Amino acid sequence: MSVLVYTENWDGKFKKLSFELVSYAGKLAEMLGTTVTAVSIGSVDQAELQKLGNYGAQKILHVTGPNLDKLDNQVFSSMIVQAASKEDASVVLLSNNNSGKAIAPRISVKLNAGLVSAVIKLPVSLNPFTVVKKVFSGKAFTNVVIKTDTRVLTLSQNSFELIETGNKATIENFNPEIDTGLFKTSVKDVEKVTGKILLTDAEIVVSGGRGMKSPDNWGPIEELADILGAATACSRPVSDEGWRPHGEHTGQTGKIIAPDLYIACGISGAIQHLAGISSSKYIVAINTDKDAPIFEAADYGIVGDALKVLPELIEAVKEVKSS
Amino acid sequence: MKILICLSNVPDTTTKIKLVDNNKSFDKTGVQWIINPWDELALTRALELKDDPDAAVDKVTVITVGGKDAEPTIRKALAIGADDAIRVDAEPRDAFYIAAQIAEAVRKEMYDIIVCGIESSDYNGSTVGGMLAEILEIPSVSAVSAMNVRGSEISMNRDIDGGKENVTVPVPFVAIVQKGIAIEPRIASMRGIMTAKTKPLNVVPAVQEESRTEYAGFELPAPKAACKMISPDNVRELVDLLKNEAKVI
Repeated sequence: MSVLVYTENWDGKFKKLSFELVSYAGKLAEMLGTTVTAVSIGSVDQAELQKLGNYGAQKILHVTGPNLDKLDNQVFSSMIVQAASKEDASVVLLSNNNSGKAIAPRISVKLNAGLVSAVIKLPVSLNPFTVVKKVFSGKAFTNVVIKTDTRVLTLSQNSFELIETGNKATIENFNPEIDTGLFKTSVKDVEKVTGKILLTDAEIVVSGGRGMKSPDNWGPIEELADILGAATACSRPVSDEGWRPHGEHTGQTGKIIAPDLYIACGISGAIQHLAGISSSKYIVAINTDKDAPIFEAADYGIVGDALKVLPELIEAVKEVKSS
Repeated sequence: MKILICLSNVPDTTTKIKLVDNNKSFDKTGVQWIINPWDELALTRALELKDDPDAAVDKVTVITVGGKDAEPTIRKALAIGADDAIRVDAEPRDAFYIAAQIAEAVRKEMYDIIVCGIESSDYNGSTVGGMLAEILEIPSVSAVSAMNVRGSEISMNRDIDGGKENVTVPVPFVAIVQKGIAIEPRIASMRGIMTAKTKPLNVVPAVQEESRTEYAGFELPAPKAACKMISPDNVRELVDLLKNEAKVI
């Protein structure tokens, strides 16, 4: 028995979400009385792999080979399934990020396993195996029972604390059998966003809505984000108007995020917007309308024009940061 | 080229969720049912492609797994412009059950591109599309934000963490699509609403399949404490609270 966790790397490096997953897997393995095996696909150096040990992996299966730098859903799911069989995994854990969402369903079918996606905490019961997830875009929680003996879970980003164990893992090269005919996804072009903090990874997000009045007024939002080490986001009308790229749209049909701090500037807080941000630990709202629904979701509020408040906020943050 | 759009029938996104039956279920009275927003964008893109002669799309079919009460939503898709529809006559139990039902329908009539929305706005699963592709043993591309079709050449943009990739896969495949695939959902014209009544809606029986997961009950989030208001003349206080009380900066 084991808990198998798929740890994605980006150009040979892991991110916080990989460590969150291994931390979760470690606690889950404790509950189940078993151990954690991490599987890593693509070239990663030993020191980087060993970081997974520090967060609780006892064993690491390292898969290297040609054509593994780009995700092919069939190939990756086949390799993870082979790792799961080898390790007799009773739970296979992935992140609920783009690649996790792409391959977890395939893995669950291959393993005849029940799948629950976007789990937010450790199981509330092992018998029956019951996990908790959000439904109706955060408007409710539900307990989901998995009826099969093998289970596949994807974990919501930023929902589990990192736990450093100081463990050292054994690293093993793993060579799953892959039918070369399975490689069907060909990547023609890659466009990478560099030097910016990803919205889904960010611990702080500064977001603007229609109250910013014009795309030309985004300077202060970007400046505040810059000094806070934050990502920038926007509401749906702003992305629909083309003021900001669609990738910044947070809300029900855009990105669902869970940062530690979300600063909403000139956003009224339509129910669909709140669905995308309600998992934030703290929400700050700056809006001219004191009755705007955003204040019901917020922890701290300022009734005022974001265009006037933002420059003062930037100065105040700079002062506090430099003190 | 034939495109199949998988539709989920979901409560309107503005619905206030009320729990009933000892929190085992939610109150469906007065709920407005709609096409899942991402599925609606998928349908919109399929119809745009059908309008484009270079794309050579002959037919756009929609499929849903649901009881007769899902039919208004299916008719709406036909009114928007789908050519025909399939309803698998069963209550959707879980994602695997739904995927298995759709797979059975696809085995009877193969489609070149099968499109699923990236998640449904009710159970937020993001799983039916990938399961369907695995059951059918065909490729899948997830987080697709653009799709272009030139005859048999199909190119897509998919989101990766930290960027975008332009990818191609051979047909048949499953595309799991998100915002960007289309921007504004197409709405039904008066003529569309009239012709929808006469378009084929094939009701097929469900195949025997077990669900693998079960919803054991719901809970509403705890109400939030009142928002602490800060004067716009004292922005520094906000920063102090964020630093010393919330400890987030």
